[in-house]
Amino acid sequence: MARTGFGRGQLPDPRLPPGQYDTGSSWPVLTAEVSPKLTADNWSFRVDGLVQQAKTWDWPAAHRLESSTWSGDIHCVTSWSKLGTGFSGVSVDTFLAEAGVLPEATHVVAWSHTGYTTNLPLAEITGGRAWVVWQHEGKPLPHEHGGPARLLVPNLYFWKSAKWIGGLRLLDHDEPGFWEQRGYHELGDPWLEQRYSGD
Amino acid sequence: MTDGLPALPTLGPVTRRVPPSGARRLWLPAVVTQVRDETARAKTFRLAIRGENVDRHLPGQHYDVRLTAPDGSTAQRSYSIASAPGDGSEVELSVERIDDGEVSPYLHEEIGVGDEVEVRGPFGGWFVWRGDTPVLLLGGGSGVAPLMAMRRYWHTQGEPVPLRLLVSVRRPEDLYYRGEYGPETTVIHTRRAPDGDGRPVGRLTAADMEPLLAAVPGATAYVCGSAGFTEHASQLLVTLGLPAADVRIERFGPG
Repeated sequence: MARTGFGRGQLPDPRLPPGQYDTGSSWPVLTAEVSPKLTADNWSFRVDGLVQQAKTWDWPAAHRLESSTWSGDIHCVTSWSKLGTGFSGVSVDTFLAEAGVLPEATHVVAWSHTGYTTNLPLAEITGGRAWVVWQHEGKPLPHEHGGPARLLVPNLYFWKSAKWIGGLRLLDHDEPGFWEQRGYHELGDPWLEQRYSGD
Repeated sequence: MTDGLPALPTLGPVTRRVPPSGARRLWLPAVVTQVRDETARAKTFRLAIRGENVDRHLPGQHYDVRLTAPDGSTAQRSYSIASAPGDGSEVELSVERIDDGEVSPYLHEEIGVGDEVEVRGPFGGWFVWRGDTPVLLLGGGSGVAPLMAMRRYWHTQGEPVPLRLLVSVRRPEDLYYRGEYGPETTVIHTRRAPDGDGRPVGRLTAADMEPLLAAVPGATAYVCGSAGFTEHASQLLVTLGLPAADVRIERFGPG
């Protein structure tokens, strides 16, 4: 048979960063570790490190904070993107304001209740760029997608949006996290296609 | 100050650091030197990678494969390496056909011996095994591919440490790498078993796992497959007493 050529004959969607494809209504599950026994009852979120006062919120306390929603596109380093999706929770700005960020803080390590970690420049998670979310499309965030609550940093590849989020530690230096120590890019901007170390 | 804070949690020591240079891995041309059918829906492509200083992979790592259309648009996907580490210049990638996919149907229908694709890698620093510690490998369907790299490496090294491999498939004809397994491997069937198979069909159970765990004391478990398989198998391992820290997971395919 004649070579049909690869591609679907569609114009590329301008919402897709380079090398990404639209996964449609599906939402692939990618996890490196055993899922934790974590529910709203034993979940907590802590902000510590270079802050005026370290603080920990349990589920009711976090829900008393001002709620915030985000809609847009998310991008996984494994090359799928999920377009036009929505989450709700609380802005990271709100948590940080309650703890009081010290001026010398430049980076954070986001950590999960499983032990997973990922590093982020403070500027990438402040100013309305990051959330702790517990709802997806109006429903409780599914456990396999990080429920009861995960970090959401939609401007970066989704491994930065740590599932089962446990806290943020503010630091005055960058400290590579789980994947960043294992060959993946320190920042992970999908529009610059920063997938792997050195990209 | 951050002194005096509790240590951050960790999933364990780093098993593979990136090259100290931090050098960017480049896309390299690779020529298909062999294509084999694994099942009706899966093919293995042997690739000769053109380039200097191609890194030898560790069992469990993957390559990214990129296709470029005549109009310049590209698509890329990650595929696990199924072959044991050689000198780095040739690797085998097993590709399951996803019917509504963009890349795998093209690879299956249009790519043959002598054709060229682009590859980048090897990548991955978590789901890797250096061959020197006891392991229990659990693969669901196509998830056996990176585990086969481990099993093949172990075999070429003279089987130096305890290793057990369990492969879960729906039907006998869905088994990849048929004819290559030894007594270290158990195949279970979830929908239809071959005639004479003593095990009732069905998903992985504690009874399947217990004798394997007993044969590899101190093992790290590597679990690869669909989200459903990996979730079930990894929770079963923890229930049977394996510390969660000793379980590494790679999830394949649509969620």
